Amino acid sequence: MTNFLEQTFNGLVSGSFLALLALGLAVIFGLLRVVNFAHGAIYMLGAFGAYVLADELGLPFWAALLAVPVGLAALGMVLERAFIHRLTKLDPLYNFLLTFGLTLILQDLVKARYGVQSSPYAMPSALSGSVDLGLFEFPAYRVFVLGTSIAICVGVWALLTRTRVGMVVRAATERPELTRAFGINVGRWITPVFGFGVALAGLAGVLAAPMRAVNPLMGADLIIVVFAVVVIGGLGSIFGSVAVGFVIGVAQVWAEAYAPESWRALIAQTLPFVLMAVVLLWRPAGLFGREEIA
Amino acid sequence: MKRFATALGAVALLVTACSGGPQSGGDSKLTGGKIVLGVLNDQSAGYSALSGKNSVEAVKMAIEDFKAKYGDKAVTKDIEVVDADHQNKPDVANTKAAEFYDRDGVDVILDVPTSSAALKVADVAKAKKKLYFNIGAATTDLTGKSCNKYTFHYAYDTYMLANGTGKNATENGAKNWYIVYPNYAFGQDMERSFKAAVEKAGGHVVGEDAAPFPSDNFSTYLLKAPTLNPKPDVIGTMQAGADLVNLVKQYNEFKLRDKGVGLSVGLMFLTDIHSLTPAALAGTTYTDAWYWNFDAKNREWADKFKARTGSRPTFAHAANYSAATQYLEAVQAAGTDEADTIVAQLEGKKVDDFFLRNGEIRKADHRVLHDAYLAQVKQPEEVKEDWDYVKILKTIPAAEAFRAPSPDCQMSGA
Repeated sequence: MTNFLEQTFNGLVSGSFLALLALGLAVIFGLLRVVNFAHGAIYMLGAFGAYVLADELGLPFWAALLAVPVGLAALGMVLERAFIHRLTKLDPLYNFLLTFGLTLILQDLVKARYGVQSSPYAMPSALSGSVDLGLFEFPAYRVFVLGTSIAICVGVWALLTRTRVGMVVRAATERPELTRAFGINVGRWITPVFGFGVALAGLAGVLAAPMRAVNPLMGADLIIVVFAVVVIGGLGSIFGSVAVGFVIGVAQVWAEAYAPESWRALIAQTLPFVLMAVVLLWRPAGLFGREEIA
Repeated sequence: MKRFATALGAVALLVTACSGGPQSGGDSKLTGGKIVLGVLNDQSAGYSALSGKNSVEAVKMAIEDFKAKYGDKAVTKDIEVVDADHQNKPDVANTKAAEFYDRDGVDVILDVPTSSAALKVADVAKAKKKLYFNIGAATTDLTGKSCNKYTFHYAYDTYMLANGTGKNATENGAKNWYIVYPNYAFGQDMERSFKAAVEKAGGHVVGEDAAPFPSDNFSTYLLKAPTLNPKPDVIGTMQAGADLVNLVKQYNEFKLRDKGVGLSVGLMFLTDIHSLTPAALAGTTYTDAWYWNFDAKNREWADKFKARTGSRPTFAHAANYSAATQYLEAVQAAGTDEADTIVAQLEGKKVDDFFLRNGEIRKADHRVLHDAYLAQVKQPEEVKEDWDYVKILKTIPAAEAFRAPSPDCQMSGA
């Protein structure tokens, strides 16, 4: 039983990354109607940002946790102004292809500079111990990751439901035309919101650096799973993306730990996509998505 | 269109038919009047650091040393290297190998990591009747059911790794094993080899799990390890590349060494230790085909290599140098690069160079035998020099390091 709780807690930790990435994708899609394929590459840049700050400038993990998302938000806003907003009038497929191209460019730039071998990044010493959670001990860093991601998800939710900015963004997400008719300048919010979504991916990358391999392809496989999460939750649904992110994290760990022996790896690997197929058949807009009103 | 395709087919057939004979340089004993070595390996993805472009550099070093050794007596001064990136894809490897032999006049193909790609190239070598020294791939099928007259397997294979690490660790007290392996051909092959080696040495595999490939989260297995009954003394990981980095990072996070569960790695290269840092792997045992700082002889070559590339060589780099050297020596001795003559030259040859200690090119299955080493990653305070991360615990004699010739190998292509 203890081991089951331990595994479940651990699933929430890996779900943290899925939730943070899905949250950023959902926020971006909600306002811009852009499926940002480069989200995985931004996550990778987040991890590399932490590595470069430590390696070149000797800056600790805590500094990276703040500086890297801010720097990436700026990069995101530049990308949005320079490329993405030119294509928003067209079919969403164009921006999907554009961000896919950006992904390849970013990956190859990092590959050319740092090679394909993983770059070493140490665990921050303050979090290298274990925490006693009553029933079991758990690595302190993992507890920190889970706490941080929950705090951020709750924070974003509060921002969207409790502030004027959030109200505008939600209104623009649901009824862009009507919001404009009220005299609200929707366009003004587009660039900062894109930057914010990108910053969340960068933050997930910084959090990943001490516990995962930091290499140019680290985001490539993850982003596919995150897309499945976002589709299951409902494109543009903030709550759906976050909840499904945590659920998939736990479900994959359960599959790895408790599925029939010879099927474990296969089930864990295909689970997000099987769920996606099932949900799409039953609710094409995702579990928490709303049907678009023409 | 159809007619065009037929014409193209006819041209291809003609080219293939003609490629067997000498192309020019009529009175020369060398095809095309020169020797061409082709390095085919991963130059962009996961295996590019452990071999890649630096192996091409190692082959160039072999050519320079050969020319310096024989001077005017050399069979030819015209020795070239061509190289290509096979991206670890079997279909790309297949096409590139055929191009090498047919279009570029390559006499011998070297390296070819990734087992599936390596086996494809073995088929091409057999069909074209041209030489092939595999270095980078681990599958024992190269000297088993896919063996052929023109294919030689250098450096290492899954049996050697399992036999070295599994047997020795078990004899040194790691009785109970928990094996975690990536769910694809290499991983499954390694798992079988390790299980057999551990059980043969009197050990016991208490659990085994196929992990998704690729994966960045191994914590499920790491949490499970201490709860198994009996508790495993060691986790045997068969992961490679980024997966291995993820697993080792998380193994340290869960402090399993403090909980009495050690770590044994199936396949590891010097470059992996470099990117993980020795501190993350301190105390880990594995089997190595060659180590650069083993003695003065190895170090001398490693110094030259570092002067050219800026890093220390992995065993794959050294093996590429050695294979190129052995090929050139065989051509020198035979006075021709005619493939069947060279094969006859090489078969059964006893060699002792800095890579092949007590080496022999086994006639039965073309397994190249040599001493292997049981290695252990040093504690951080023991590391006195960059790249010198390993101490050699034991030399595994060439006679014991590799398996006996397999009955699956029916030497074909003759």
